[in-house]
Amino acid sequence: MTAITTSRSRVRLFRDQHVTRLASILVVLLLFFALVRTENFFRLATWQSMAVQFPEFGLMALGVMLTMIIGGIDLSVVGIANMTAIGSATLMLSIAPTGSDSPEGYLALMAAIFFSLLVGALAGAFNGFLVAKVKIPAILVTLGTFELFTGIAVIISGGKPTSGLPPEYGEVMASRLFGVIPMPLIIFIVATAVIGVLMYKTAFGTKLYMLGSNETAAEFSGLKTTSLTIRTYMISGLLASVAGLVMLGNYNSAKADYGSTYTLLAILIVVLGGVNPNGGSGRLAGVILAVVVLQVLSSLLNTFPHISNFYRPLIWGGVLLLVIVVNQWDKRDHLARLFRWKGTTS
Amino acid sequence: MVDNVIAVRGVSKAFAGVQALDTISLEIAPGEIHCLAGENGSGKSTLIKVISGVHAADEGTIELNGKEFSKLTPMEAISNGVQVIYQDFSVFPNLTVMENLALTAELAEHRTFVNWRRMRRIATEAIAKINVKIDLDAKVGQLSVAQKQLVAIARALMSNARLIIMDEPTTALTKREVDALFGIILDLKSRGIATLFVSHKLEEVFEISERFTIIRNGKHVITCLPEELDHKKFSFFMTGREFDDARFTPQIRATQPILETSRLSAHGAFSDVSLSLRPGEILGITGLLGSGRTELALALFGSLKSDSGEIRIDGKAVVLDSVRTAISHGIGYVPEDRLTEGLFLERSIGSNIVISEIDSFVSSLGVLEQDKADAEAQRWITDLRIATPDAQNAVSTLSGGNQQRIVLAKWLATKPRVLILNGPTVGVDIGSKHDIHRVLRELAAEGLAVIVISDDIPEVIQNCNRVLVMNAGRIVSELDPTQTSELELAALMSKDVQTLEGIS
Amino acid sequence: MRALPQKLVRSNEFYLFLVIVVLAIVIQARSGQFFTANNLVDIANAMVVPGIFAVGAFMVLVSGGIDVSFPALASLAVYATTRILVDAGYEGDLWLPFLIVMAIGAVLGSLNGWFASRFAVPVLIITLGTASVFSGIMQGALGSVQIPNIPPAMSEFGRATLFVATNPDSGLTSNMPMSFLLLVGVVVAAFVMLRYTTFGRGIYALGGDESAASRAGFNVRRMKFWLYVIVGVIASIAGLVRTSMMDQMHPTNLLGMELMVIAAVVLGGTAITGGTGTLTGAMLGTLLIVIVQNSMILVGVPTFWQGFALGVLIIVGTGISALQLTRARKRKTALI
Repeated sequence: MTAITTSRSRVRLFRDQHVTRLASILVVLLLFFALVRTENFFRLATWQSMAVQFPEFGLMALGVMLTMIIGGIDLSVVGIANMTAIGSATLMLSIAPTGSDSPEGYLALMAAIFFSLLVGALAGAFNGFLVAKVKIPAILVTLGTFELFTGIAVIISGGKPTSGLPPEYGEVMASRLFGVIPMPLIIFIVATAVIGVLMYKTAFGTKLYMLGSNETAAEFSGLKTTSLTIRTYMISGLLASVAGLVMLGNYNSAKADYGSTYTLLAILIVVLGGVNPNGGSGRLAGVILAVVVLQVLSSLLNTFPHISNFYRPLIWGGVLLLVIVVNQWDKRDHLARLFRWKGTTS
Repeated sequence: MVDNVIAVRGVSKAFAGVQALDTISLEIAPGEIHCLAGENGSGKSTLIKVISGVHAADEGTIELNGKEFSKLTPMEAISNGVQVIYQDFSVFPNLTVMENLALTAELAEHRTFVNWRRMRRIATEAIAKINVKIDLDAKVGQLSVAQKQLVAIARALMSNARLIIMDEPTTALTKREVDALFGIILDLKSRGIATLFVSHKLEEVFEISERFTIIRNGKHVITCLPEELDHKKFSFFMTGREFDDARFTPQIRATQPILETSRLSAHGAFSDVSLSLRPGEILGITGLLGSGRTELALALFGSLKSDSGEIRIDGKAVVLDSVRTAISHGIGYVPEDRLTEGLFLERSIGSNIVISEIDSFVSSLGVLEQDKADAEAQRWITDLRIATPDAQNAVSTLSGGNQQRIVLAKWLATKPRVLILNGPTVGVDIGSKHDIHRVLRELAAEGLAVIVISDDIPEVIQNCNRVLVMNAGRIVSELDPTQTSELELAALMSKDVQTLEGIS
Repeated sequence: MRALPQKLVRSNEFYLFLVIVVLAIVIQARSGQFFTANNLVDIANAMVVPGIFAVGAFMVLVSGGIDVSFPALASLAVYATTRILVDAGYEGDLWLPFLIVMAIGAVLGSLNGWFASRFAVPVLIITLGTASVFSGIMQGALGSVQIPNIPPAMSEFGRATLFVATNPDSGLTSNMPMSFLLLVGVVVAAFVMLRYTTFGRGIYALGGDESAASRAGFNVRRMKFWLYVIVGVIASIAGLVRTSMMDQMHPTNLLGMELMVIAAVVLGGTAITGGTGTLTGAMLGTLLIVIVQNSMILVGVPTFWQGFALGVLIIVGTGISALQLTRARKRKTALI
């Protein structure tokens, strides 16, 4: 029985147009990479540096994905990441000032992680409360809280970078499993696995899709819509705070304006991954593929030194607009196919 | 020689291989009040769109004012006097009555600038044409349904309309408002303006229509005079099938009521509602839109707070403060508008069926046991004869009747003891309607207590063993369907009574 | 005759005005500096650029969309204009910079318009994309750097003052910029367009019910397209004003302003769902935010509290109107 269902779900996965399309784009991109930049392509370091980078925005994208599935949006993820990163950096500095012993450093590390996750979850829950209870449109809530959280980050840090973290933090975040797999990637994989289980193996996941598909019907079906919404934004906040911890490790410092392009990038990833901006549909696999596609594209661009970094927003924005256009074409075609199919059977 | 306002001749229209209209013909004389009837999906809305120029016909012609058109544009339709009043009236809720009336005129004259004094004059004239009083400076969003409709009619008349098409115009009106509407239509008739009603119910416009045209599956069935029609014939022409209309007789085993209310009131919605329901009964609650029938249902389902009075289940007083509490007491609710309140259209049939009981498929580890959920969904698909090849398909792929069965299945799956259905067969084709009625009777026979809230009079008379009539927030009478007539019920529903305090 | 004051008291603008008055009194009490001539002129000065932006953002919100690309659009338009003129060594009058910047603004706006009128994707997502493209073109393709010397006509315009206000106590002076007249001009033009043209009323109609608008005979696609073109032009004017007033082209100076401007318009009572709102409200909302930003120093709050204050303002402001809406809806369902 289970064998049948898994094979069926595998078939469904590949039937999903976004997933297949993204997978083929990824293959083409990788082939291009291998042919044009063969040396880089076959160097382990290339892949390791990718694996360190993309979890930053990939984690945020996972959160945005969940909120978009329930028909909302979370524009505050970067604010939450910076606020929690600055907060936990400040906390670490107070527990283990420069020159402290290693046990204190590890204590600071544990405290920072705990604090970060707690604050991230609270910040997300605050978003969720404003959306579900006060009923402010999610765009406005998260625009406002982005400003608010960034504002708090600025106040704590005085607008300057917070650095001089205990070396233990950097060591743990820079460590590699089996000497190969970087920590950020492990974090990302764990987060993805947890979200995947949540979305497809629990009642919570099914309810999210239902809520995003029709809020009134969800209410009438006896779902706790308020609690579901708050929990969704809370998970998004939690993921953003994890992204903050990763960023803190990668830069070895925290600042209120780090990752300013990540809001767009996260939304781009989610839309590219096939999540409907109006809620109710979208797959985790699509979003993960979109993350990887964008990171490979980004690393590929890096190998062309004459392309300025400033081009990146242009490329991201261009890809987003292109995706919008392609999705529309596809929809029309899809519609026509649907009718044709009807025509032959009736 | 112009003896018709409109003559549709042999019009056909197909959408990507599906024949929506098949050589339809229809003629309407000046001043005639004509009713176009057909089930959902029969092609009546396509026909309206062809007449108003929204869709171009594949074959056939439309004659307006003696001119033949094979490809009619919306502008040509309007300039030849065709005006459509849609069910949602197509008004702008955020603008004033004046602007709603005058903007179209300004647009039609291709003006770049609007002149507010001219707009006021145009609007005043437009309202004067239908002889009613409406505050020109009120925002349309704040008007009642009947007033919105009047605004829409006044707007339609502005452009020298010769034919007004109204899509189910009386659904939301009280008797007095319907009378006022019919008065206006008769007035239009005396000025030679024809009216085409589009409807799928016989009683709605029966008393005023002079001719009926019924279409089915895109084909013309009959054009006849009202004298030639009764319910049975109407159903037959609409569906092509004959239905027996045996009445429901309850088999009540328990004598204890399962659900009771005493003097239940919710401010501004309903007051002093006392009722009792026993297992095996089908209780009908009927009343016009706005009579408090929907609010009462919501209060019984924990979705609307009552201010005073009591709800008892199995004789014990309960407080239904949320939908979940109501569900836990074994109450299910099939909402009025299944598209906006009942279904998750782009989600799968299976998840739509199991969503209300999904927590019961969660293992002790918190994992959703999808196999069990799938099996449950499959059981209901079989039980309720939902026509689908795969439970994984989206609900949006189904017809209205099958969609309604899904909402029903969702509630039956929670094993309710009381099932409240609000407008269970609204927008459902007659075939599915009979199936749903059959299911309800079977469920009642198995001991379920059912409440059917409906303004479909034949429906409540045929399927309920008791009928409560609500009017202006109160239950005005309780009837035995075998001892009453459709006319008596209709009169009770729409009698003008003193309105509730707190409602103007 | 009682109708007008009653209507006034019930309006959102009235309450906003009260809030501003109370805030002004509080600041005056704390600092004694609010109602000084130079502070008032400073506030007027600070309002010019956000005020012009707010007019564009307001129109988009009324039509039922939300545009976050206008600062990037303005930056790119002004950057390109300045670059062209500086490279050409232009020494002539002000009309040419305005003409060029508005033309570029229109072209960039038409990109927004094309997407917004053809694709059923939330405008927010579209404009996030175009904003990124605009700033990418500016920073990548045009390799933007600060341009210290802008054409003389522009810097003259930036320096032009209507009058000078002096604080009698401190002797500080503030210039009332000529560009304030431009703000007034844009507001008046937008008011006339929104109130007295079919197109303007159509924007309200569109925000009220898009399908009804198209049935009433509005060409919805064309309207949306031109709306974004107009908004592009307005944004580019704001950009030119900012560059002139700063007397140099700083490419990233405007970026990030979209939040504050949208917040201002929403605080002014414009519904994010479209169809309702007034220009007066939008201007009062802008005024409120400018006062809050400008007066923090006066009352001794460090400037890095600005972001925080803005965030609180957005949440409280939108929260109040959301709660009002929920309550009104509840009352309405009870009435049925």
